[in-house]
Amino acid sequence: MKKHLIITVWFCLLLFPFVVLKLPLHATEVVTYRWFNLPLVAVIAFVASFLWEILFKYRQKAKKGHTDFINKKLLYLQNKKLFPVYLLIAIIFPLITSDYNVSIFTSTFVYIVLGLGLNIVVGLAGLLDLGYVAFYAVGAYSYALLNLYFHLTFWQIFPIAGLLAFCLGVLLGFPVLRLKGDYLAIVTLGFGEIIRLILYNWTDLTKGIQGIGSIPKPNLPGIHLTEGGSNVFLYYILLALIIIALLCFHRLRNSRVGRAWEAFREDEIACISMGIHRTKTKLAAFGIGASWAGFAGIIFASHTGYINPASFTFYESSVILTIVILGGMGSPLGVIIASALLILLPEYFRFLNDYRMLIFAMCMIGIMLFKPNGLLQIKRKQFDLDKLNNATLE
Amino acid sequence: MSFIVTTEKVNKSFGGIKALKDINITLPRKQITALIGPNGAGKTTLFNCLTGIYKPTNGKIIFHQENGKNVEIQGKKPNQVAEQGIGRTFQNIRLFSGMSALENIMVGCHIRSSCNFVSAIFNTRSFKREEKAILEKSYRLLKLIGLEEQGNALAGSLPYAFQRKLEIARALAINPSLLLLDEPAAGMNDQETLGLNELILAIQEQFPITILLIEHDMKLVMQISESIIVMNQGALIATGTPHEIQNNELVISAYLGT
Repeated sequence: MKKHLIITVWFCLLLFPFVVLKLPLHATEVVTYRWFNLPLVAVIAFVASFLWEILFKYRQKAKKGHTDFINKKLLYLQNKKLFPVYLLIAIIFPLITSDYNVSIFTSTFVYIVLGLGLNIVVGLAGLLDLGYVAFYAVGAYSYALLNLYFHLTFWQIFPIAGLLAFCLGVLLGFPVLRLKGDYLAIVTLGFGEIIRLILYNWTDLTKGIQGIGSIPKPNLPGIHLTEGGSNVFLYYILLALIIIALLCFHRLRNSRVGRAWEAFREDEIACISMGIHRTKTKLAAFGIGASWAGFAGIIFASHTGYINPASFTFYESSVILTIVILGGMGSPLGVIIASALLILLPEYFRFLNDYRMLIFAMCMIGIMLFKPNGLLQIKRKQFDLDKLNNATLE
Repeated sequence: MSFIVTTEKVNKSFGGIKALKDINITLPRKQITALIGPNGAGKTTLFNCLTGIYKPTNGKIIFHQENGKNVEIQGKKPNQVAEQGIGRTFQNIRLFSGMSALENIMVGCHIRSSCNFVSAIFNTRSFKREEKAILEKSYRLLKLIGLEEQGNALAGSLPYAFQRKLEIARALAINPSLLLLDEPAAGMNDQETLGLNELILAIQEQFPITILLIEHDMKLVMQISESIIVMNQGALIATGTPHEIQNNELVISAYLGT
């Protein structure tokens, strides 16, 4: 109790100049005191200090191996029986809400696809990639440019975008084969910037900073879609893409390739001593991860209808990486929850104006303090040992 | 007697330090050979040269395949050496500690399987068949080391002795004809060492395999090995049967003591 009071007094002193004093803009005016703000600060600080203590106790408990309450609740969300419910909600959603909501969810879904792709590279293979946005840009620009110069349609370019990103991922993989950790991060960061600067400066081809506008939305064969209708269609395409991405992630993780990636992350020397080919494994991770960014890119381009290099800065890479880390490395459901937190919340809390990003940052710090391994721990596959036992006895 | 590995004047230096000096050894096939010597004798360095982690400064390492073909493996990459059929464990355990025990062994099956990521994504019939085979093979190995109950436990959370055994099982998953064990009994109590002793003998009985092990536990070495190689300060000082080694003056003064 004494501690909390001291914290309260300390916060009142600390924030006094900001919330109580109001200095005049002109020398002729006098200093005004807004005393009514002080009790507000005191109450908030007092409550927050209690909350802080509770959270720390919770963290200590979680560290000691007590059942993690939040994790338990979140794991329940991963129950397979609930998936049809999620799917149903996602399918009905655009039919009952406004265009605005559909649009925001579409951009969130783009980040989910990006997060799932980067999750393969960072979460499974343990390769810290800070230039992931480059592949996103490649996907978006391949659509914009091929449409501009060759008038190819969305569906013709869709596989090309993924393939191009895949090839670029493999190409990036080659020079960084021997690098790990921090060094890898720096090289990939540089790679991301190179792509962005090429898009910026190759004005003859990419129109540079001007960007490329009036990118068409995907058409549904035989049906004419309105503006709102094509947005909804895009939403469904993304939904399908996410489901495919989740399925691919799940199957890859429980395959020979996925196990090699995880083994690589855990111990490289042991991994190559088991005969696993370093080049093939790393390049596959980079390539497959990048192709999802390519798919996300083409959808982003058709969603916004206009792209320029400013959409593909390092900031985007860091947001995608934050999604992966916040969600819990390697956890696909974590990626979905983190994308929702990171993209939806700032959007819906616009009414908070300038405080929006401040609160957002505080939430991020809070989550990382109290759940340093991310929201969701990766759920390892549990093998049915009894069944295996019977199978091997025969 | 047929041999599985022959080294010819293998040298390895790190800067000015000569870790291996003209090592000539021949490993008899399908036997257990122990490699002993004081700390810093170059035992692990020799292991690393045999498995491709180090490239010998000069000299030849010849691997005799079962079909009579001879392959020079010095300078080959670790994964190429593993593909030849040389499996190993590590002095300081190198398990994939974030993965389950069963998955660790399944990673070992990697090079004896061939499905790529496309067949995994489409979940093809051949992929399913291969996964099933991998799983069953891994489970059998898990059973061999007596860990079948804890197949789903994280490798890093297992008791120390089991971690050592799990490493052996993982190395067996690559179907090796030569198994290199780097101090398998380090840190084990008497009871656990006895278990390990039985495991190594069981492995040799069940698989057509040659075992080379580095070990400091002399009781274990004398019990299970059919021949012994002794190293000191980077050089080979004696080879022979356990009985010969026990009575070798040079070995006694350098390592065994009186």
